[in-house]
Amino acid sequence: MSLLEITGLKVGFDTEDGEVQAVRDISLTLERGEILALCGESGCGKSVTAMSIPRLLPPDTTRLSGSIRLDGRELTELPERELRAIRGKDVSVVFQEPMTSLNPSFTVGFQIAEVLRRHENLSRSAARTRAIELLELVGIPAPARRVKEYPHQLSGGMRQRVMIAIAVACSPRVLIADEPTTALDVTIQAGVLDVFRDLRDRLGTAIILITHDLGVVADIADRAVVMYAGRAVEEAPVTELYARPRHPYTAGLMRALPSAAVTLEDGRRRLSEIPGLVPPPYADPEECAFHPRCPRAQDDCTTRRPALDTYGTGHLAACFHPLSAAAPATGGGS
Amino acid sequence: MVGLVLVAGFLVLAIVGPLLTADPAAQDYTAPLAPPSGAHLLGTDDLGRDALARVAYGARVSLEAGVLSVLLAMVVGVPIGLVAGYYRRLLDPVVMRLVDVVLAFPFLIFAVGMAAILGPSLRNVIIALSVSLLPGIVRVTRGEVLVLRELDYVAAAVADGAGDGRIMFRYVLPGATSTLIVQATVGIPTAIIGEATLSFLGLGVQPPTPSWGVVLTAAQQFLDQAPWLAIWPGVMIALSTLGFNLLGDGLRDVLDPRSSR
Amino acid sequence: MTTPVLEVKDLVKHYHVRGRGQAVRAVDGVSLSIGQGEVLGLVGESGSGKSTIGKCVLRLTEPTAGSVHLSGRDITHLSRRALRPLRRDVHMVFQDPYSSLNPRFTVGQIVAEPLRRHGVARGAQVDERVREMLERVGLGAEMRGRRPHELSGGQRQRVGLARALVLEPKLVVADEPVSALDVSVQASVLNLVADLQRDMGFSCLFITHDLSVVEFLADRIAVMYLGQIVETGPTKKIFAEPQHPYTQALLSAAPEPDPARQRERRRVVLAGEVPSPLDPPSGCRFHTRCPVAVDTCRTEEPALIGVRDEERPVACHLVTATEVPDITGRD
Repeated sequence: MSLLEITGLKVGFDTEDGEVQAVRDISLTLERGEILALCGESGCGKSVTAMSIPRLLPPDTTRLSGSIRLDGRELTELPERELRAIRGKDVSVVFQEPMTSLNPSFTVGFQIAEVLRRHENLSRSAARTRAIELLELVGIPAPARRVKEYPHQLSGGMRQRVMIAIAVACSPRVLIADEPTTALDVTIQAGVLDVFRDLRDRLGTAIILITHDLGVVADIADRAVVMYAGRAVEEAPVTELYARPRHPYTAGLMRALPSAAVTLEDGRRRLSEIPGLVPPPYADPEECAFHPRCPRAQDDCTTRRPALDTYGTGHLAACFHPLSAAAPATGGGS
Repeated sequence: MVGLVLVAGFLVLAIVGPLLTADPAAQDYTAPLAPPSGAHLLGTDDLGRDALARVAYGARVSLEAGVLSVLLAMVVGVPIGLVAGYYRRLLDPVVMRLVDVVLAFPFLIFAVGMAAILGPSLRNVIIALSVSLLPGIVRVTRGEVLVLRELDYVAAAVADGAGDGRIMFRYVLPGATSTLIVQATVGIPTAIIGEATLSFLGLGVQPPTPSWGVVLTAAQQFLDQAPWLAIWPGVMIALSTLGFNLLGDGLRDVLDPRSSR
Repeated sequence: MTTPVLEVKDLVKHYHVRGRGQAVRAVDGVSLSIGQGEVLGLVGESGSGKSTIGKCVLRLTEPTAGSVHLSGRDITHLSRRALRPLRRDVHMVFQDPYSSLNPRFTVGQIVAEPLRRHGVARGAQVDERVREMLERVGLGAEMRGRRPHELSGGQRQRVGLARALVLEPKLVVADEPVSALDVSVQASVLNLVADLQRDMGFSCLFITHDLSVVEFLADRIAVMYLGQIVETGPTKKIFAEPQHPYTQALLSAAPEPDPARQRERRRVVLAGEVPSPLDPPSGCRFHTRCPVAVDTCRTEEPALIGVRDEERPVACHLVTATEVPDITGRD
């Protein structure tokens, strides 16, 4: 049994303009000690999928169906009170904005200790000792001093490390990291990614990494799920995904990166584009959502929706006309 | 929507009401303090005047005081706030200190003071109320301007070589209009209550002209014998306040350019 | 030699912190120049002062010291009125496609504004120029009546480009114009910028934190750290052989979208944090984080000079005629 199993998850939000279908149908699994990347562009449903696990979604307007099982326990049917015991303990979250996710009125040590006292019933002094250990774990120098500081005294990278320390304080089984390095500079990003890798190696934490950055995915993830318009279009171990992308959308994303620019005969440098726009999130037509933008689309793509097919071990793609295994994804550069 | 209906209702009442009802000054000596009846739907007051007519005519006076004082405050306050926010270094400190001084007094206390100095009359009530409303409007305008002038599209206009006047009136002020209209709409009930209070205290509209405040003052003495006299003007003040506030909320949503199609 | 389109000399911009008598030294002695039709990529992390330089060039903020010349003319101290006609030649593209367009204007009005303001076109001519410009940025005529909130991020950025280019300026300052966009949209906007630049021949100061973007677009790059340029030169040369330790760290930190290669690479994780621009370190500003710093670095400020190659000056004591530091080879 996998640590986490999501089956047939659908999430919609009621808005004034009708129901927005953020996640249309997704199934995925997460193994112990695995780093799984959920990637795709804004609005593809990657964050909503992950936030459905601890149900951190507006309760009044969310319509959620499907199954989310953590260690075999169904989470979607749990009442709010029981979920609260799971949040921060079994499933914890690191958000994108380290500037606003910490409470400015309390020391970082207090904020870490608070989680420990709530979930683990630690005494005040035991919690403080543990807080220092946690700061050390996430690579903060001089943790005994830092523990007494307030968030505004820390830089962005340090705050994000504190957020991670809070998230892993109770040794969660699943850590959800929502664009954890997007707000950070590149030289800081590398260090924070190392912290995640280290946590997985040392504590065996399973991590769901939500990101739009294919460089970050390549750096740290074991497996990746590429989402488009609320569905998974491709899923594979990372090396396999980059070497042999099958879905035209995955391949298109990789070719659109500035580092994949090609030089034309007249000396112009060009990036491969994905024309068109993401379909609106209201209707859910019975066709491949990507077909209007797809260079490989045929007639059948406009009438039916492709299901996920297997292409080798752990490699799934939802496409009637997938790329062949031989075609290299990254366009060779210059 | 509810707000719109209420406000529209009051406007109709203020315009049409006095035409349909009896003369608010006509006295019926035979029936002072008469309870509601077929002849006088809301009864009569101590001088035998038709209560319905006085409430309807009062709507005209009260709304006039409310709307005009806010308009006057906007006409004066918006340009001051705009200029203060835009030329922050030069004018802002002076203007804002003055505003702070006025805001240090509670709205009604300041209005009462002003009205006492100016003397009682409808015109003076409007002036007193608008001067009391002014600092709030200056402050809101300035706050909006401070936010808007930092936006990239204003920087883009500066970079394109637009002059100060054009930037203020074509880029900054339009961005502030929705907030200002809302501010005006919620300022009207404040002014209506202010008028009622001033008139109630005898510093505002003078009897026999019926404003809601005046009617309420007169009714107060007969609360035991004729409670219906006090109820209606009170209900009118409450409902109009509610109506304008709801309208303000509604306008806020409608006027956001992102929500208009 | 022809006059550069933009020449910035010893530019300094200090922001005074209220009540503390201290100054944020956002830009501290930067010189750069851009030739005709050249794209200079100004690269740096947050707080490096790169955006402040863009603002100084457009005089959206007043430089504390130094000078800015546009096509040979000193604009540093021109009054706003005297500056106005010169604004025809310099335009800006902003990062945030949501806040940089006036929400009350239609797309047509936004693009027509600069034409009207500078009296370049009247009446039907304006419509014609607007239609042409929109077409050039890939927006159909039906977009003219729309307002910014009805457009996607990529479309808005195209409108921003159209506004900046409609007067055919000599210089465009682009401040992170693609960082807010998704990869697939970013690619098409970058292609568009490259095409327009080539066809229209404007010079461009392209400000970004994203190295892969400058590699794609820029002829030359300048790398900034804490308000100063640490290394500058032709893009190809710098990417092939970064000499300043900070440039090396930046290049090694940006993850490659290729798991096999990325995991093989030796990444440099810089120690510590970017110091406060309120109180920058003495000597070389990078010495507090530099893995190869020596004593001289702590006391003496290195000059930006081309010791090894005239074309590419580096501000590092350790870059000498015979030696170049290498921080990626170490553990």
